[in-house]
Amino acid sequence: MINNDCPNCRSLLGYLSDYVDGDLSQDLCNEIENHLAGCQNCTIVVDTLRKTISLYHAIAAEPVEVPGIVRERLYRTLRLDDYLNH
Amino acid sequence: MNEKNADISIEALLAGNQVEFSRFVDIFSGPIYRMANNMLTNQSDAEDVLQNTFLKAFLHLKEFEGRSSLSTWIYRIAANEALMLIRKRRPEIDWSDIQQDDRIDTDYSPVEFTDWCCLPEEEFLTAESRAALDQAIQHLPVTLRIVFVLRDIQGLSIQETSQALELTDSAVKTRLLRARLRLREDLSDYFGKRVTGRQGENHDQQ
Repeated sequence: MINNDCPNCRSLLGYLSDYVDGDLSQDLCNEIENHLAGCQNCTIVVDTLRKTISLYHAIAAEPVEVPGIVRERLYRTLRLDDYLNH
Repeated sequence: MNEKNADISIEALLAGNQVEFSRFVDIFSGPIYRMANNMLTNQSDAEDVLQNTFLKAFLHLKEFEGRSSLSTWIYRIAANEALMLIRKRRPEIDWSDIQQDDRIDTDYSPVEFTDWCCLPEEEFLTAESRAALDQAIQHLPVTLRIVFVLRDIQGLSIQETSQALELTDSAVKTRLLRARLRLREDLSDYFGKRVTGRQGENHDQQ
């Protein structure tokens, strides 16, 4: 596991989202990358976290469609039946 | 269509223009339905959230003050509807996480360290893998799930997510990190087994 006693591993955890989202300053990124160069477990966490997020972003990019019958019931509930086929 | 850039006329909506309201429903019903399906396991509950969201939007349109975008406003209604229905269906859920200090505690420290990024891309595209991804979202505590779904599935910004959920940006960021770390653990367990399985196959072939 990551070393909970290691201040660098602990502080990396708090910055992980911002780091993988590219929202950190260059200085902080450099510090993190220096740590990652010597810490295999943290490198795996960063890589697999990036992969996790990218798998969900791929799902998010799929077109979203409301099934026909659900859409029909929605329009009927909202009394928008006349606009169903627009 | 990118719902964020939807060219909806607020004036027409407020004036009760049905054509514009049907356009509004048409643009946002897909994203809201997907959000509801990610929050609730039951499709009929997701449909209830979808219908109630637009009924409430219709009834409360006059209260829309334009302090957030129309998109954030409709997501706020939908999130409330989804959370209300979950409370109703699962009264035993512990909501204390809402009051908890939003620090990262040891519960969220990574414990799975298999590097599964090396798996071939087709391994991530199977129906079984997709089901594992969906299931991992369902395993998240509700307070983390709603933040993750809005931010990483629906694509809202941190600020839009915090406006929709009436949380601070920092609470959203912390919950997002917790959600992502938990999902990583779940997926590491699932895909880690695939890595081990492949290593076993290679060993047998040698």
